[in-house]
Amino acid sequence: MGFWTTFYALSFYTATLILILGLANKIYQYANTPAPLKVPTMPAPLTTGGVIMRVLSEVVLFRSLFRSNKWIWLFGMLFHGALWIVLARHLRYFIDPIWSWVLLVQPFGQYGSFVMLFGLLGLLVRRLFVERIRYISNPSDYLMLILLLVIGISGVMLSFVTRTDIVQFKAFMLSVMYFDFFNWQPIPTDKMLLVHLTSVILLMIIFPFSKLLHAPGVFFSPSRNQVDNAREKRHVAPWAVKQFETQAPAD
Amino acid sequence: MAKANFDTPAFRPYPVIPILKPGAMKGDGPFVAKPPMQEALGYPGELIDNWQEVAIDKMGELLKKYRSLRVYLDACVKCGACTDKCHYMIGTHDPKNMPVARQDLLRQVYRRYFTLAGKWLPKLVGAKDLTKDILDDWYNYYHQCSQCRRCSVFCPYGIDTADISMAAREILDCVGKGQKYCNEIIAKVYKIGNNLGLPEPALRNTLDGLEEDIKDETGIDVRLPLDEEGAEILVITPSADFFAEPHIDGLIGYAKVFHQARVSWTLSSEASEAANFGMFIGSYENMRRVALRIREAAIKLKVKRIIFGECGHAWRVAYSFLNTLAGPFDFLDQRYPIPQHICEFTHDLIQKGALKFDKSANDHRRVTFHDSCNVARASRMGNIPGGQFTIPREVIKACCNHFYDMPPDTIHDQTFCCGGGGGLLTDDLMELRVKGALPRMEALKEVVDNHGVTHMAAICAICKSQFSKVLPYYGFQMDQIVSIHQLVSDALVLTEEELP
Repeated sequence: MGFWTTFYALSFYTATLILILGLANKIYQYANTPAPLKVPTMPAPLTTGGVIMRVLSEVVLFRSLFRSNKWIWLFGMLFHGALWIVLARHLRYFIDPIWSWVLLVQPFGQYGSFVMLFGLLGLLVRRLFVERIRYISNPSDYLMLILLLVIGISGVMLSFVTRTDIVQFKAFMLSVMYFDFFNWQPIPTDKMLLVHLTSVILLMIIFPFSKLLHAPGVFFSPSRNQVDNAREKRHVAPWAVKQFETQAPAD
Repeated sequence: MAKANFDTPAFRPYPVIPILKPGAMKGDGPFVAKPPMQEALGYPGELIDNWQEVAIDKMGELLKKYRSLRVYLDACVKCGACTDKCHYMIGTHDPKNMPVARQDLLRQVYRRYFTLAGKWLPKLVGAKDLTKDILDDWYNYYHQCSQCRRCSVFCPYGIDTADISMAAREILDCVGKGQKYCNEIIAKVYKIGNNLGLPEPALRNTLDGLEEDIKDETGIDVRLPLDEEGAEILVITPSADFFAEPHIDGLIGYAKVFHQARVSWTLSSEASEAANFGMFIGSYENMRRVALRIREAAIKLKVKRIIFGECGHAWRVAYSFLNTLAGPFDFLDQRYPIPQHICEFTHDLIQKGALKFDKSANDHRRVTFHDSCNVARASRMGNIPGGQFTIPREVIKACCNHFYDMPPDTIHDQTFCCGGGGGLLTDDLMELRVKGALPRMEALKEVVDNHGVTHMAAICAICKSQFSKVLPYYGFQMDQIVSIHQLVSDALVLTEEELP
């Protein structure tokens, strides 16, 4: 059992735990904080079905962003769209036997990584050179893009330049996933692979404490997920009832 | 008032995004509320000694009460989509008037005290301790937001700066630094019943005078009843409708429409105000207290329906919040929307063919329509989404031959604020109001130049007052702003009430 094998196995467990618990905690917090007033940005759908479509149009198509700024939309869409395909392609390292659709996605995922990098670079260039966006950027905003670029570039290198023993890596990954504690298959120690994995682990740990919370947040945004029915249906938060309506109204 | 020492922004040949001028609107903000007004609203009279501690506690409380605040402070990715959407940013070039930068004033403190990253690595994520400088920035820049929600339309997560600025103002009130204009007005509502402090005898006098004016002008007895128990409809309208121009012509219009509809209606001297500035200061408690007056008046006067006059934020509170704050309204006639907008009422009558218009009476006007932000982006009219855009326009078109819309990216849900909404309609913010009106004035100029538009109609008391004030700064006439029901009033063919 090599040091790196143990280190990365334990790191994966820790990062996964932090990611899942951190996100669960945040989602629980969002779900349990009441929205005491009806505040959808109008015009808003009149039915729950309509709201589902509205939220989906934001999540899948970035509808509001499209109305707002075509460049940010383009780069954002390229990055997120390619990211999903790249992630789907990566399933092959975690599943045995590999699902046939994952095999189909493989070439798209491999070349999709270039699209992802292009999107990220576009976002970074805008952040650096558009005065308004530079003004609102904190160091973490640049570092997040850089981290994603490191993940993407090291991934592309692994795919096209300095290949690693991917079969061995998969064996390691499966042994981690099947909890073969301290009996894990050895991890290949190519530098590029370790850079790739380290940055992914870092991203997983940062996720629940950073602006990446926009991912769960978009589903909980009251201006997007409320039904426009304030006149038809009375909407009161539990704290408002408790604070104001505990005694019967005087009328 | 003498013109303050600032330049009215020039019309831009084409709408370029301005170069930032940091600190352009730095200052002390609007006048601070005096202790008696603060106390009337349940807030400390002046800045308390332990303001920092109280502010952080209040922020923590609001984070638990409002999902919007919690999600909005977490979710922003600083993508920049909103940065060129605020009329105050466009008019003043101050970067802190970019919606995201305005939110960041609160977000930097949120991160410092409520997030792990901000506690451990404040520099990395732009987290800052709450200092007096930041508190002053809050007071200054959260009173440069008209809570118009235009940024929220364009945000990929729907982050609504209005919600954030309301929370910030609530925190400021709780540490004893409230704004004079808003808090004075709310105190007046509690004491007298309306924003203007117009007492019952003065109100009755005004309404009698209006009845006489209509009689003189048309020869017909049109009533403007006050406190009439048993009337079918209670009309709640902004108190500006009782005396200000062009608001009052709108009020005459409502009266004529009710007259032609042959329904009994009444105003209330106890709820003689549609406005609810409790919303502007983000105070659920004060907003509720102001809203409850309407419920009480409806019960006292034994009405069956409630209709709201032309007022933007009042319609938001009425449409979106009234049921929440003062409901349930099970004692009203459930066959009608509760509450209903005067434009919905007039529009229904037009649909039924119950109103006859002589459109030529408005032929000297070529009209455009200003969508007021709170009507456009925070409420609805009618049965379908977007009714708040079509219904007012259909009412205008029913009584005017010449109607032209302003450019599509300045109307409907992309409408630009008049520059005076959200509790900023005060002379101590004149520079901000004039500069913030720039995008709307540019859009107006477009239809004036291309279609010969002479008048802009609006359905918001604040918009009307603001435009009467700022239109002259941009080379227009102050009377180019009109009420929709003024257009209705001028074209409506009145008939004598037939005797039973």
